[in-house]
Amino acid sequence: MDEYVLIMRHENATGQVSPEQMQAWMQQTMDWLGGIAAQGKLLETGNGLSFDDARVVGHGGVVTNGPFGEIKETIGGYVIVKAESVEEAVEFAKGSPVLQGPGNTLEVRKVAKHDFK
Amino acid sequence: MNTEKLIPHLFRTESRKIGAVLNRHFGINHMEIAEDIVSDTFLSALETWPYKGIPENPKAWLYAVAKNKTKNYVLKTSNFENNIAHQIFQISEISTEIDLSERNISDSQLQMLFAISHPSISEESQIALALKILCGFGIEEIASAFLTNKETINKRLFRAKEKLKSEKIKIEFPSENQVEERIDTVLLTLYLLFNEGYYSENQDTVIRKDLCFESIRLLELLIKNYAHKIPKIHALYALMCFHSSRFDARKDQNNQTVLYQNQDENLWDKALIEKGIFHLHLASKGETASKYHIEASIAYWMTIKQDSKEKWEQVLKLYNLLLFQQYSPIAALNRTFALSKVYGDEIAIAEAEKLKLENNPFYFSLLAELYRQIEPQKSKQHLEKAIALTMSKSQKELLQKKLTDLNL
Repeated sequence: MDEYVLIMRHENATGQVSPEQMQAWMQQTMDWLGGIAAQGKLLETGNGLSFDDARVVGHGGVVTNGPFGEIKETIGGYVIVKAESVEEAVEFAKGSPVLQGPGNTLEVRKVAKHDFK
Repeated sequence: MNTEKLIPHLFRTESRKIGAVLNRHFGINHMEIAEDIVSDTFLSALETWPYKGIPENPKAWLYAVAKNKTKNYVLKTSNFENNIAHQIFQISEISTEIDLSERNISDSQLQMLFAISHPSISEESQIALALKILCGFGIEEIASAFLTNKETINKRLFRAKEKLKSEKIKIEFPSENQVEERIDTVLLTLYLLFNEGYYSENQDTVIRKDLCFESIRLLELLIKNYAHKIPKIHALYALMCFHSSRFDARKDQNNQTVLYQNQDENLWDKALIEKGIFHLHLASKGETASKYHIEASIAYWMTIKQDSKEKWEQVLKLYNLLLFQQYSPIAALNRTFALSKVYGDEIAIAEAEKLKLENNPFYFSLLAELYRQIEPQKSKQHLEKAIALTMSKSQKELLQKKLTDLNL
Protein backbone atom coordinates (compact mmCIF):
# COMPACT_ATOMS: atom_id res chain seq x y z
CA MET A 1 0.00 0.00 0.00
CA ASP A 2 1.42 3.37 -1.02
CA GLU A 3 0.59 6.89 -0.03
CA TYR A 4 -0.70 9.33 -2.58
CA VAL A 5 -1.26 13.05 -2.31
CA LEU A 6 -4.25 14.38 -4.22
CA ILE A 7 -3.59 18.00 -5.05
CA MET A 8 -6.59 20.08 -6.05
CA ARG A 9 -6.02 22.72 -8.68
CA HIS A 10 -8.52 25.43 -9.47
CA GLU A 11 -8.58 27.25 -12.74
CA ASN A 12 -9.13 31.00 -12.76
CA ALA A 13 -9.80 31.10 -9.05
CA THR A 14 -10.96 34.51 -7.94
CA GLY A 15 -11.01 33.74 -4.27
CA GLN A 16 -14.60 34.94 -4.17
CA VAL A 17 -17.09 32.36 -3.05
CA SER A 18 -20.49 32.99 -1.50
CA PRO A 19 -21.10 31.52 1.95
CA GLU A 20 -23.82 29.26 0.51
CA GLN A 21 -21.49 27.95 -2.17
CA MET A 22 -18.83 27.44 0.46
CA GLN A 23 -21.20 25.46 2.65
CA ALA A 24 -22.43 23.24 -0.15
CA TRP A 25 -18.86 22.66 -1.27
CA MET A 26 -17.79 21.79 2.28
CA GLN A 27 -20.53 19.22 2.60
CA GLN A 28 -19.69 17.60 -0.71
CA THR A 29 -16.02 17.52 0.21
CA MET A 30 -16.78 15.91 3.55
CA ASP A 31 -18.98 13.28 1.96
CA TRP A 32 -16.28 12.55 -0.61
CA LEU A 33 -13.61 12.19 2.07
CA GLY A 34 -16.00 10.25 4.30
CA GLY A 35 -16.34 7.68 1.52
CA ILE A 36 -12.57 7.23 1.38
CA ALA A 37 -12.31 7.15 5.18
CA ALA A 38 -15.04 4.49 5.32
CA GLN A 39 -12.69 2.25 3.32
CA GLY A 40 -9.96 2.96 5.86
CA LYS A 41 -7.91 4.62 3.13
CA LEU A 42 -7.84 8.24 4.24
CA LEU A 43 -4.53 9.19 5.81
CA GLU A 44 -4.96 12.93 6.15
CA THR A 45 -7.94 15.11 5.50
CA GLY A 46 -5.27 17.63 4.65
CA ASN A 47 -6.04 21.28 4.57
CA GLY A 48 -7.80 23.64 2.29
CA LEU A 49 -5.61 26.54 1.32
CA SER A 50 -7.18 29.91 2.02
CA PHE A 51 -7.42 32.50 -0.71
CA ASP A 52 -7.06 35.23 1.89
CA ASP A 53 -3.62 36.49 2.74
CA ALA A 54 -2.09 34.74 -0.22
CA ARG A 55 1.23 36.03 -1.53
CA VAL A 56 3.67 34.98 -4.16
CA VAL A 57 7.32 35.54 -3.37
CA GLY A 58 9.39 35.80 -6.51
CA HIS A 59 12.99 35.99 -7.59
CA GLY A 60 14.80 38.82 -5.82
CA GLY A 61 12.23 38.89 -3.04
CA VAL A 62 9.48 40.47 -5.09
CA VAL A 63 6.21 39.95 -3.28
CA THR A 64 2.90 40.05 -5.11
CA ASN A 65 -0.65 39.49 -3.99
CA GLY A 66 -1.68 36.34 -5.45
CA PRO A 67 -1.52 33.80 -6.85
CA PHE A 68 -4.50 35.26 -8.69
CA GLY A 69 -4.55 36.82 -12.08
CA GLU A 70 -1.06 36.18 -13.25
CA ILE A 71 -1.22 32.44 -13.29
CA LYS A 72 -4.09 30.36 -14.49
CA GLU A 73 -4.06 27.67 -11.82
CA THR A 74 -4.24 27.86 -8.05
CA ILE A 75 -3.74 25.07 -5.58
CA GLY A 76 -6.86 24.81 -3.47
CA GLY A 77 -5.84 22.09 -1.09
CA TYR A 78 -4.64 18.55 -0.73
CA VAL A 79 -5.52 15.26 0.91
CA ILE A 80 -3.43 12.16 1.51
CA VAL A 81 -4.80 8.68 0.83
CA LYS A 82 -3.60 5.09 0.97
CA ALA A 83 -4.01 3.09 -2.20
CA GLU A 84 -2.93 -0.25 -3.66
CA SER A 85 -2.10 1.38 -6.97
CA VAL A 86 -2.14 4.69 -8.75
CA GLU A 87 -5.35 3.52 -10.46
CA GLU A 88 -7.08 3.20 -7.11
CA ALA A 89 -5.84 6.66 -6.09
CA VAL A 90 -7.20 8.00 -9.38
CA GLU A 91 -10.60 6.46 -8.58
CA PHE A 92 -10.58 8.32 -5.27
CA ALA A 93 -9.67 11.55 -7.04
CA LYS A 94 -12.56 11.16 -9.50
CA GLY A 95 -15.04 11.61 -6.66
CA SER A 96 -13.77 15.05 -5.68
CA PRO A 97 -16.32 17.87 -5.94
CA VAL A 98 -13.52 20.13 -7.17
CA LEU A 99 -13.89 18.45 -10.56
CA GLN A 100 -17.37 19.96 -10.95
CA GLY A 101 -15.64 23.21 -11.90
CA PRO A 102 -14.64 23.15 -15.56
CA GLY A 103 -10.89 23.39 -15.96
CA ASN A 104 -10.22 22.25 -12.40
CA THR A 105 -7.97 19.24 -11.95
CA LEU A 106 -6.66 16.88 -9.33
CA GLU A 107 -3.06 15.93 -9.49
CA VAL A 108 -2.28 12.46 -8.10
CA ARG A 109 1.25 12.04 -6.81
CA LYS A 110 2.80 9.12 -5.02
CA VAL A 111 4.69 10.12 -1.89
CA ALA A 112 8.33 9.29 -2.46
CA LYS A 113 9.70 7.81 0.75
CA HIS A 114 13.27 8.81 1.33
CA ASP A 115 15.33 7.02 3.86
CA PHE A 116 17.44 9.71 5.48
CA LYS A 117 19.07 7.41 8.03
CA MET B 1 -36.17 -7.54 52.35
CA ASN B 2 -35.23 -10.88 53.91
CA THR B 3 -31.68 -12.02 54.60
CA GLU B 4 -31.58 -14.14 51.50
CA LYS B 5 -32.15 -11.15 49.30
CA LEU B 6 -30.57 -8.48 51.44
CA ILE B 7 -27.09 -9.93 51.70
CA PRO B 8 -26.50 -10.35 47.95
CA HIS B 9 -27.91 -6.87 47.45
CA LEU B 10 -25.59 -5.37 50.07
CA PHE B 11 -22.72 -7.40 48.69
CA ARG B 12 -23.26 -5.78 45.31
CA THR B 13 -23.47 -2.23 46.67
CA GLU B 14 -21.16 -2.32 49.70
CA SER B 15 -18.40 -4.84 48.99
CA ARG B 16 -16.94 -2.64 46.27
CA LYS B 17 -16.87 0.34 48.63
CA ILE B 18 -15.22 -1.49 51.50
CA GLY B 19 -12.92 -3.20 49.00
CA ALA B 20 -11.75 0.07 47.44
CA VAL B 21 -10.97 1.58 50.84
CA LEU B 22 -9.12 -1.58 51.93
CA ASN B 23 -7.18 -1.75 48.71
CA ARG B 24 -5.99 1.76 49.18
CA HIS B 25 -5.22 1.00 52.81
CA PHE B 26 -3.04 -2.03 52.15
CA GLY B 27 -1.72 -1.10 48.72
CA ILE B 28 -1.78 -2.80 45.36
CA ASN B 29 0.62 -5.54 46.49
CA HIS B 30 -1.89 -6.91 48.93
CA MET B 31 -5.17 -6.99 47.11
CA GLU B 32 -5.80 -10.45 48.53
CA ILE B 33 -5.90 -9.04 52.08
CA ALA B 34 -8.66 -6.66 51.05
CA GLU B 35 -10.51 -9.49 49.36
CA ASP B 36 -10.22 -11.69 52.43
CA ILE B 37 -11.49 -9.04 54.81
CA VAL B 38 -14.44 -8.25 52.53
CA SER B 39 -15.49 -11.87 52.21
CA ASP B 40 -14.97 -12.48 55.93
CA THR B 41 -17.22 -9.52 56.68
CA PHE B 42 -20.03 -10.84 54.52
CA LEU B 43 -19.50 -14.33 55.85
CA SER B 44 -20.12 -12.95 59.35
CA ALA B 45 -23.37 -11.43 58.14
CA LEU B 46 -24.40 -14.72 56.58
CA GLU B 47 -23.65 -16.54 59.81
CA THR B 48 -25.24 -14.06 62.21
CA TRP B 49 -28.24 -12.42 60.56
CA PRO B 50 -30.42 -15.48 60.00
CA TYR B 51 -30.25 -16.24 63.74
CA LYS B 52 -30.02 -12.88 65.44
CA GLY B 53 -32.10 -11.00 62.93
CA ILE B 54 -31.14 -8.26 60.50
CA PRO B 55 -29.47 -5.37 62.34
CA GLU B 56 -31.23 -2.02 62.37
CA ASN B 57 -28.65 -0.45 60.11
CA PRO B 58 -27.16 -3.31 58.06
CA LYS B 59 -24.70 -1.09 56.23
CA ALA B 60 -23.29 0.38 59.45
CA TRP B 61 -23.08 -3.15 60.85
CA LEU B 62 -21.01 -4.29 57.88
CA TYR B 63 -18.73 -1.27 58.11
CA ALA B 64 -18.18 -1.84 61.82
CA VAL B 65 -17.32 -5.48 61.24
CA ALA B 66 -14.98 -4.62 58.38
CA LYS B 67 -13.25 -2.07 60.58
CA ASN B 68 -12.83 -4.60 63.38
CA LYS B 69 -11.53 -7.26 61.07
CA THR B 70 -9.02 -4.82 59.64
CA LYS B 71 -7.88 -3.80 63.09
CA ASN B 72 -7.49 -7.43 64.17
CA TYR B 73 -5.62 -8.27 61.03
CA VAL B 74 -3.16 -5.41 61.40
CA LEU B 75 -2.64 -6.04 65.12
CA LYS B 76 -2.13 -9.72 64.58
CA THR B 77 0.42 -9.27 61.84
CA SER B 78 2.25 -6.56 63.75
CA ASN B 79 2.32 -8.53 67.02
CA PHE B 80 3.58 -11.77 65.68
CA GLU B 81 5.51 -10.71 62.67
CA ASN B 82 6.43 -7.20 63.54
CA ASN B 83 9.51 -7.01 61.40
CA ILE B 84 8.15 -9.10 58.62
CA ALA B 85 5.01 -7.01 58.48
CA HIS B 86 7.09 -3.91 58.05
CA GLN B 87 9.01 -5.57 55.31
CA ILE B 88 5.86 -6.74 53.63
CA PHE B 89 4.13 -3.40 53.61
CA GLN B 90 7.33 -1.46 53.16
CA ILE B 91 5.99 1.32 55.29
CA SER B 92 6.87 2.00 58.87
CA GLU B 93 3.40 1.56 60.22
CA ILE B 94 0.05 0.60 58.82
CA SER B 95 -2.90 2.13 60.59
CA THR B 96 -5.36 -0.13 62.34
CA GLU B 97 -8.25 2.17 61.45
CA ILE B 98 -9.95 2.37 58.08
CA ASP B 99 -12.00 5.36 57.11
CA LEU B 100 -15.33 4.31 55.61
CA SER B 101 -16.73 7.80 55.20
CA GLU B 102 -18.53 8.51 51.95
CA ARG B 103 -15.79 10.91 50.96
CA ASN B 104 -13.01 8.40 51.47
CA ILE B 105 -14.98 5.69 49.70
CA SER B 106 -15.38 7.72 46.54
CA ASP B 107 -11.78 8.97 46.72
CA SER B 108 -10.58 5.38 47.01
CA GLN B 109 -12.74 4.22 44.12
CA LEU B 110 -11.48 7.03 41.94
CA GLN B 111 -7.87 6.23 42.79
CA MET B 112 -8.42 2.55 42.07
CA LEU B 113 -9.94 3.46 38.73
CA PHE B 114 -6.78 5.33 37.78
CA ALA B 115 -4.57 2.56 39.12
CA ILE B 116 -6.19 -0.20 37.06
CA SER B 117 -6.35 1.97 33.96
CA HIS B 118 -2.61 1.64 33.68
CA PRO B 119 -1.43 1.45 30.07
CA SER B 120 0.57 -1.71 30.79
CA ILE B 121 -2.60 -3.76 31.35
CA SER B 122 -4.62 -5.12 28.45
CA GLU B 123 -8.09 -3.68 27.82
CA GLU B 124 -9.80 -6.98 28.59
CA SER B 125 -8.04 -7.21 31.92
CA GLN B 126 -8.81 -3.63 32.79
CA ILE B 127 -12.50 -4.31 32.38
CA ALA B 128 -12.29 -7.54 34.34
CA LEU B 129 -10.45 -5.72 37.13
CA ALA B 130 -12.94 -2.88 37.05
CA LEU B 131 -15.83 -5.32 37.31
CA LYS B 132 -14.22 -7.19 40.17
CA ILE B 133 -12.81 -4.36 42.23
CA LEU B 134 -14.95 -1.36 41.39
CA CYS B 135 -18.29 -2.94 40.64
CA GLY B 136 -18.25 -5.78 43.13
CA PHE B 137 -18.98 -8.44 40.51
CA GLY B 138 -18.32 -12.06 41.34
CA ILE B 139 -16.08 -14.22 39.14
CA GLU B 140 -19.11 -16.02 37.78
CA GLU B 141 -20.81 -12.79 36.78
CA ILE B 142 -17.66 -11.50 35.10
CA ALA B 143 -17.32 -14.79 33.25
CA SER B 144 -20.88 -14.57 32.05
CA ALA B 145 -20.44 -10.90 31.04
CA PHE B 146 -17.51 -11.98 28.85
CA LEU B 147 -19.28 -15.17 27.78
CA THR B 148 -16.41 -17.27 29.01
CA ASN B 149 -15.67 -19.56 31.95
CA LYS B 150 -14.56 -18.83 35.51
CA GLU B 151 -11.13 -20.28 34.96
CA THR B 152 -10.33 -17.88 32.15
CA ILE B 153 -11.41 -14.91 34.23
CA ASN B 154 -9.44 -16.10 37.25
CA LYS B 155 -6.33 -16.40 35.12
CA ARG B 156 -6.93 -13.02 33.54
CA LEU B 157 -7.40 -11.36 36.91
CA PHE B 158 -4.34 -13.08 38.34
CA ARG B 159 -2.14 -11.89 35.47
CA ALA B 160 -3.51 -8.37 35.72
CA LYS B 161 -2.85 -8.22 39.46
CA GLU B 162 0.69 -9.51 38.96
CA LYS B 163 1.20 -6.78 36.42
CA LEU B 164 -0.09 -4.12 38.82
CA LYS B 165 2.43 -5.39 41.37
CA SER B 166 5.38 -5.64 39.03
CA GLU B 167 4.74 -2.15 37.69
CA LYS B 168 4.60 -0.95 41.33
CA ILE B 169 1.47 1.01 40.62
CA LYS B 170 0.43 3.20 43.51
CA ILE B 171 -3.15 3.77 44.59
CA GLU B 172 -3.16 7.52 45.01
CA PHE B 173 -4.63 10.64 43.52
CA PRO B 174 -2.95 10.96 40.16
CA SER B 175 -0.91 14.09 39.59
CA GLU B 176 -2.19 16.54 37.01
CA ASN B 177 0.19 15.00 34.49
CA GLN B 178 -0.93 11.48 35.28
CA VAL B 179 -4.56 12.47 34.95
CA GLU B 180 -3.81 13.80 31.49
CA GLU B 181 -1.77 10.72 30.67
CA ARG B 182 -4.32 8.17 31.86
CA ILE B 183 -7.66 9.85 31.38
CA ASP B 184 -8.05 8.36 27.90
CA THR B 185 -7.51 4.85 29.24
CA VAL B 186 -9.83 5.53 32.16
CA LEU B 187 -12.54 6.77 29.82
CA LEU B 188 -11.96 3.86 27.47
CA THR B 189 -12.33 1.40 30.36
CA LEU B 190 -15.64 2.97 31.32
CA TYR B 191 -16.75 3.14 27.67
CA LEU B 192 -15.98 -0.57 27.22
CA LEU B 193 -17.62 -1.40 30.53
CA PHE B 194 -20.73 0.37 29.37
CA ASN B 195 -20.70 -1.30 25.96
CA GLU B 196 -20.24 -4.66 27.62
CA GLY B 197 -23.53 -4.05 29.36
CA TYR B 198 -25.33 -2.40 26.48
CA TYR B 199 -24.40 -4.69 23.63
CA SER B 200 -23.52 -7.89 25.43
CA GLU B 201 -25.06 -11.17 24.39
CA ASN B 202 -25.79 -11.91 27.99
CA GLN B 203 -29.44 -12.74 28.48
CA ASP B 204 -29.45 -11.57 32.07
CA THR B 205 -30.97 -8.10 31.90
CA VAL B 206 -30.16 -7.34 35.52
CA ILE B 207 -26.44 -7.85 34.99
CA ARG B 208 -26.43 -5.89 31.75
CA LYS B 209 -28.26 -2.97 33.24
CA ASP B 210 -26.05 -3.05 36.30
CA LEU B 211 -22.96 -2.80 34.11
CA CYS B 212 -24.33 0.26 32.36
CA PHE B 213 -25.30 2.02 35.54
CA GLU B 214 -22.02 1.10 37.22
CA SER B 215 -20.05 2.79 34.44
CA ILE B 216 -22.31 5.81 34.72
CA ARG B 217 -21.75 5.91 38.47
CA LEU B 218 -17.97 5.73 38.11
CA LEU B 219 -18.06 8.39 35.44
CA GLU B 220 -19.95 10.62 37.86
CA LEU B 221 -16.98 10.39 40.22
CA LEU B 222 -14.75 11.61 37.41
CA ILE B 223 -17.14 14.42 36.54
CA LYS B 224 -17.02 15.76 40.08
CA ASN B 225 -13.25 15.87 40.10
CA TYR B 226 -12.01 16.47 36.60
CA ALA B 227 -14.71 17.42 34.11
CA HIS B 228 -14.22 21.17 34.53
CA LYS B 229 -10.81 20.73 32.92
CA ILE B 230 -11.56 17.78 30.65
CA PRO B 231 -14.85 18.35 28.79
CA LYS B 232 -14.76 14.98 27.03
CA ILE B 233 -15.77 13.40 30.34
CA HIS B 234 -19.10 15.20 29.94
CA ALA B 235 -19.28 13.98 26.36
CA LEU B 236 -18.89 10.34 27.36
CA TYR B 237 -21.46 10.85 30.09
CA ALA B 238 -23.91 12.32 27.59
CA LEU B 239 -23.31 9.36 25.26
CA MET B 240 -24.12 6.91 28.05
CA CYS B 241 -27.26 8.82 29.03
CA PHE B 242 -28.58 8.84 25.45
CA HIS B 243 -27.93 5.13 24.96
CA SER B 244 -29.32 4.13 28.35
CA SER B 245 -32.50 6.06 27.66
CA ARG B 246 -33.49 3.26 25.27
CA PHE B 247 -32.55 0.43 27.59
CA ASP B 248 -36.10 -0.72 28.31
CA ALA B 249 -37.34 -0.19 24.78
CA ARG B 250 -34.77 -2.32 22.99
CA LYS B 251 -35.80 -5.73 24.32
CA ASP B 252 -39.29 -7.16 24.28
CA GLN B 253 -40.84 -9.38 26.93
CA ASN B 254 -39.16 -12.44 25.47
CA ASN B 255 -35.80 -10.69 25.59
CA GLN B 256 -35.74 -10.39 21.80
CA THR B 257 -34.05 -7.34 20.36
CA VAL B 258 -36.43 -4.65 19.18
CA LEU B 259 -34.93 -2.68 16.31
CA TYR B 260 -34.68 1.07 16.67
CA GLN B 261 -37.42 1.85 14.16
CA ASN B 262 -39.84 -0.52 15.90
CA GLN B 263 -39.21 0.75 19.41
CA ASP B 264 -41.95 2.32 21.46
CA GLU B 265 -40.84 5.91 22.04
CA ASN B 266 -42.91 6.08 25.22
CA LEU B 267 -40.49 3.62 26.77
CA TRP B 268 -37.54 5.96 26.18
CA ASP B 269 -36.38 7.56 29.39
CA LYS B 270 -36.92 11.29 28.85
CA ALA B 271 -35.13 12.28 32.04
CA LEU B 272 -31.96 10.55 30.88
CA ILE B 273 -32.22 12.20 27.47
CA GLU B 274 -32.46 15.60 29.12
CA LYS B 275 -29.53 14.80 31.36
CA GLY B 276 -27.56 13.82 28.26
CA ILE B 277 -28.39 17.07 26.51
CA PHE B 278 -27.30 19.02 29.58
CA HIS B 279 -23.93 17.26 29.66
CA LEU B 280 -23.42 17.47 25.91
CA HIS B 281 -23.86 21.18 26.32
CA LEU B 282 -21.22 21.27 29.07
CA ALA B 283 -18.93 19.14 26.90
CA SER B 284 -18.99 21.66 24.10
CA LYS B 285 -17.06 24.21 26.17
CA GLY B 286 -13.69 22.84 25.18
CA GLU B 287 -11.87 23.54 21.96
CA THR B 288 -11.39 20.04 20.68
CA ALA B 289 -13.95 17.44 19.74
CA SER B 290 -13.07 13.97 20.99
CA LYS B 291 -14.57 10.80 19.58
CA TYR B 292 -16.92 10.86 22.55
CA HIS B 293 -18.17 14.31 21.50
CA ILE B 294 -18.91 12.97 18.04
CA GLU B 295 -20.50 9.74 19.24
CA ALA B 296 -22.59 11.63 21.80
CA SER B 297 -23.80 14.02 19.10
CA ILE B 298 -24.81 11.08 16.91
CA ALA B 299 -26.56 9.50 19.89
CA TYR B 300 -28.34 12.80 20.48
CA TRP B 301 -29.80 12.75 16.96
CA MET B 302 -30.96 9.20 17.54
CA THR B 303 -33.04 10.37 20.48
CA ILE B 304 -35.25 12.12 17.91
CA LYS B 305 -37.15 9.32 16.32
CA GLN B 306 -38.79 11.32 13.55
CA ASP B 307 -36.78 11.08 10.31
CA SER B 308 -35.82 14.40 8.83
CA LYS B 309 -33.42 15.66 6.21
CA GLU B 310 -31.56 17.59 8.87
CA LYS B 311 -31.25 14.60 11.18
CA TRP B 312 -29.61 12.35 8.61
CA GLU B 313 -27.44 15.08 7.11
CA GLN B 314 -26.08 15.79 10.57
CA VAL B 315 -25.62 12.11 11.37
CA LEU B 316 -23.78 11.57 8.08
CA LYS B 317 -21.54 14.53 8.78
CA LEU B 318 -20.78 13.25 12.27
CA TYR B 319 -19.93 9.77 11.00
CA ASN B 320 -17.61 11.37 8.45
CA LEU B 321 -15.88 13.23 11.28
CA LEU B 322 -15.69 10.08 13.39
CA LEU B 323 -14.03 8.25 10.51
CA PHE B 324 -11.59 11.09 9.98
CA GLN B 325 -10.47 10.59 13.58
CA GLN B 326 -10.31 6.84 13.47
CA TYR B 327 -11.46 4.14 11.08
CA SER B 328 -13.64 1.40 12.43
CA PRO B 329 -15.77 -1.07 10.45
CA ILE B 330 -18.88 -0.30 12.49
CA ALA B 331 -18.52 3.46 11.88
CA ALA B 332 -18.00 2.78 8.17
CA LEU B 333 -21.19 0.70 8.03
CA ASN B 334 -23.24 3.21 10.00
CA ARG B 335 -21.97 6.03 7.82
CA THR B 336 -23.12 4.18 4.74
CA PHE B 337 -26.56 3.69 6.26
CA ALA B 338 -26.78 7.44 6.97
CA LEU B 339 -25.64 8.05 3.39
CA SER B 340 -28.59 6.03 2.11
CA LYS B 341 -30.94 8.19 4.16
CA VAL B 342 -29.50 11.37 2.64
CA TYR B 343 -28.72 10.36 -0.95
CA GLY B 344 -30.81 7.25 -1.46
CA ASP B 345 -30.16 3.51 -1.59
CA GLU B 346 -28.45 3.35 -4.97
CA ILE B 347 -25.68 5.76 -4.10
CA ALA B 348 -25.25 4.03 -0.76
CA ILE B 349 -25.00 0.60 -2.44
CA ALA B 350 -22.18 1.84 -4.65
CA GLU B 351 -20.31 3.11 -1.60
CA ALA B 352 -21.14 0.04 0.49
CA GLU B 353 -19.67 -2.29 -2.08
CA LYS B 354 -16.35 -0.51 -1.78
CA LEU B 355 -16.16 -1.24 1.95
CA LYS B 356 -15.18 -4.86 1.33
CA LEU B 357 -15.95 -6.11 4.83
CA GLU B 358 -16.66 -9.62 3.63
CA ASN B 359 -16.14 -11.28 7.00
CA ASN B 360 -18.49 -8.96 8.81
CA PRO B 361 -22.13 -10.09 9.19
CA PHE B 362 -23.23 -6.47 9.64
CA TYR B 363 -21.79 -5.66 6.22
CA PHE B 364 -24.19 -8.10 4.61
CA SER B 365 -27.15 -7.07 6.73
CA LEU B 366 -26.49 -3.47 5.65
CA LEU B 367 -26.39 -4.53 1.98
CA ALA B 368 -29.58 -6.53 2.53
CA GLU B 369 -31.25 -3.44 3.93
CA LEU B 370 -30.09 -1.25 1.03
CA TYR B 371 -31.27 -3.77 -1.56
CA ARG B 372 -34.57 -4.51 0.21
CA GLN B 373 -36.68 -2.28 -1.99
CA ILE B 374 -34.56 -2.14 -5.13
CA GLU B 375 -33.80 -5.83 -5.56
CA PRO B 376 -35.42 -8.13 -2.96
CA GLN B 377 -33.74 -11.19 -4.43
CA LYS B 378 -30.30 -9.71 -3.76
CA SER B 379 -31.45 -8.62 -0.35
CA LYS B 380 -32.27 -12.25 0.39
CA GLN B 381 -28.82 -13.44 -0.70
CA HIS B 382 -27.14 -10.91 1.53
CA LEU B 383 -29.30 -11.86 4.49
CA GLU B 384 -28.32 -15.49 4.02
CA LYS B 385 -24.65 -14.54 4.02
CA ALA B 386 -25.15 -12.47 7.17
CA ILE B 387 -26.91 -15.37 8.90
CA ALA B 388 -24.08 -17.72 7.97
CA LEU B 389 -21.49 -15.32 9.37
CA THR B 390 -23.04 -14.21 12.63
CA MET B 391 -22.07 -15.99 15.82
CA SER B 392 -24.75 -14.35 17.89
CA LYS B 393 -27.98 -16.21 18.52
CA SER B 394 -30.15 -13.11 18.90
CA GLN B 395 -28.65 -11.61 15.76
CA LYS B 396 -29.39 -14.80 13.84
CA GLU B 397 -33.01 -14.70 14.97
CA LEU B 398 -33.33 -11.08 13.99
CA LEU B 399 -31.92 -11.73 10.51
CA GLN B 400 -34.12 -14.80 10.12
CA LYS B 401 -37.13 -12.66 10.84
CA LYS B 402 -36.06 -10.13 8.21
CA LEU B 403 -35.69 -12.97 5.74
CA THR B 404 -39.23 -14.15 6.45
CA ASP B 405 -40.52 -10.59 6.13
CA LEU B 406 -39.10 -10.40 2.61
CA ASN B 407 -41.79 -12.85 1.58
CA LEU B 408 -39.81 -14.43 -1.21
